[in-house]
Amino acid sequence: MCLAVPARIVELHDSTATISVDGILRDVDVSLIEEPRLGDYVLIHAGFAIHRWEQSDVDELQAIRAASDLREITT
Amino acid sequence: MKALIANIEETARRVDRDLKFMEVCGTHTMAAFRSGLRQLLPDNVRLVSGPGCPVCVTDPAYMDAAIELCRRPGVTVATFGDLVRVPGAESSLERERASGANVRIVYSPSDALVIARENPSQHVVFLGVGFETTAPTVAWAIFRAAQDGLRNFSVLCAHKTMPRAMDALVRDQAVRIDGFICPGHVSVITGAQMYRFICQQYRIPCVVSGFEAWDILKSVGMLLRQIAEGRAEVENEYSRSVSEYGNRAAQQLMHEVFEPRDDAWRGIGIIPGSGLGIREKYARFDAAKVLGVTFHEAHVNPLCRCGSVLRGLSTPLDCRLFGRPCSPTHPVGPCMVSSEGVCAAYYKYERMAA
Amino acid sequence: MKRDRILLGHGGGGSMTRELIETVFLPRLENPLLKPLDDSAVLVMGNAGYAFTSDSYVVTPYMFPGGDIGKLAVCGTVNDLAVMGAQPFWLSLSLILEEGLPLADLNTIMDSVHAAAAEVGAQVVTGDTKVVERGKCEGLYINTAGLGKIVVPYWLGSANVKPGDAVILNGPIGEHGVAVMSRREGVAFQTSVKSDCAALWPLVKNILDTGARIRAMRDPTRGGVAGAVCDIARASNVGIRLFEETIPINGEVKGACDLLGLDPLTIANEGKLLVFCGAKDAELVLASMKEHPLGRESRVIGEVSANPEGMALLRTTIGGERIIDMPTGEDLPRIC
Repeated sequence: MCLAVPARIVELHDSTATISVDGILRDVDVSLIEEPRLGDYVLIHAGFAIHRWEQSDVDELQAIRAASDLREITT
Repeated sequence: MKALIANIEETARRVDRDLKFMEVCGTHTMAAFRSGLRQLLPDNVRLVSGPGCPVCVTDPAYMDAAIELCRRPGVTVATFGDLVRVPGAESSLERERASGANVRIVYSPSDALVIARENPSQHVVFLGVGFETTAPTVAWAIFRAAQDGLRNFSVLCAHKTMPRAMDALVRDQAVRIDGFICPGHVSVITGAQMYRFICQQYRIPCVVSGFEAWDILKSVGMLLRQIAEGRAEVENEYSRSVSEYGNRAAQQLMHEVFEPRDDAWRGIGIIPGSGLGIREKYARFDAAKVLGVTFHEAHVNPLCRCGSVLRGLSTPLDCRLFGRPCSPTHPVGPCMVSSEGVCAAYYKYERMAA
Repeated sequence: MKRDRILLGHGGGGSMTRELIETVFLPRLENPLLKPLDDSAVLVMGNAGYAFTSDSYVVTPYMFPGGDIGKLAVCGTVNDLAVMGAQPFWLSLSLILEEGLPLADLNTIMDSVHAAAAEVGAQVVTGDTKVVERGKCEGLYINTAGLGKIVVPYWLGSANVKPGDAVILNGPIGEHGVAVMSRREGVAFQTSVKSDCAALWPLVKNILDTGARIRAMRDPTRGGVAGAVCDIARASNVGIRLFEETIPINGEVKGACDLLGLDPLTIANEGKLLVFCGAKDAELVLASMKEHPLGRESRVIGEVSANPEGMALLRTTIGGERIIDMPTGEDLPRIC
């Protein structure tokens, strides 16, 4: 239930934004984070962005996944 | 990964005694089971699950109240999918839906608002279940409903908060925890500082963990190192998402709409100050008041050990009902039906283990 | 709690469906031909073996990225025959149409039916049409039956798998389920993922032509790869171990699963093939699969052993091991 996924803001509207999770697009509410910008990475829970990531955070996750997930992701 | 595990093994050997770490959050439970990391832990380290599964700790009387509501003509119950299969005394929302009741599964509380706006003749009740990760999103829905003057929307509130519950667990002599793996996403909202009191009052180390297998294993290693070095601090493994003080806007919104109250946790009992109630200012969005809901003492199968399991005192394998008949297809207690329940995790992923 | 009504999960192809079959259908209908509960029944008439199958299609929405209910109906039926080693020849097509269904849609769907059948040399030889009042079904439902001729001199079946066998998969998982879900109200996300809906007979023919003895094949539809390997492990009373790092998955499918909290192993596929064969035949079978467009990404994804009996396990990407459980069936209703 505390499921939250990292996503990238690809479009900004008023209090909502379109985010992308690996290419999957969805609209979420961004009222709970400060000054969202296009291209920002955010953590999504129950249709809301609850935290904004810096690029270094994104890099950290990629590194963790690379170190532990040997699966080939085909595009 | 190999280096990480070798490091954990080595530190565990240094500590050289049996240790019990509790991961509090249901999402951590599932991540641990799904990734198979439990088998990679050293022999003297045991990982037990705690009461951080909101569906599991919701009082059975709440489900019966939700079921009673969805049977009323003119009422639509909107809920997260997790609650739909939870058994009440003699039915479930899923079964009611099959009999014609208006039950709608939503992904977000804002979807419930949309349903209310699009169906003015229906009163939409949202089932507010979840911890500090979810509560701000429900607070937002109530706040928005108030701003828009929405008249056909309310929340049946059963939100709970972690600190008092963790405190109650530690004070329960039978439980005996050597370290906490603290919830990751709850901490995004509340900040890591929330757990300081556990270290200061009880000298138990805490590590806030992310949800990748790597994060959880690293957190185990950090707990082991703290114990080996005689420390008891809050460490933040999930620094990419969790800050010291959390999401202020979310906290403020929660504070605006909710206030702390005593709450009943299934299997644990009443924990003072561990729940959230809707403030008087927003009473017209409180389903319990607006729709006259009564909570009846619910019958719980005496053989069901969910309560003991939720406190980390028994494992699901200790429960007489486990597997027979209690299984994901025929759940008796909420720990089996919840997508994050530890009984479901054992059944789905490890039921062969002795 | 009494269970006295049909619930959505009963149609999910998972443990609830299984329970329904065992408590309601088998006690009343059981006979040796039905008992194996394979994708098709195997019938012997004279000297020849035939496969006979029936399916219904209630997918909503009836048009989705990568196909429509017509294409799905033919491919799904053809595939149920193909996995038993049967070349598809004859199909029936029964339609239940909702009052108000646009004729243009029906035309498009029938074009899809024709194209899919023609591609594998099968023909629709009989059919039926019924219309129900507006609101009594969503657009249209399709029921099919299929009859095919078994082209190999042995029987395939889920009870034939043996310890030591290899498990082969032809490509990335979860595409059909995610494509259909993306068009569902209430879930609503945008994606470029298309259903992998395809008729597998030509791929199967390549495999059978190698002469290798195939134990069993399965197209993992409702219940996904998880449901399929659980069924086979149970029917053959063997242990099946899949290696998570070898299972191909498209990035967007993984993203959708992360977003919705779903396990990709449980998501429906409509153009995927699981092949169980002796370990020594695996290379040959793989090579034959890779020669066909539907099999270019084929790989060995697991192995069969004697233990644990009747169960499927996953060796995870971090080297741990966990059970692959039979999905209950409710995560994604109306996916096929």
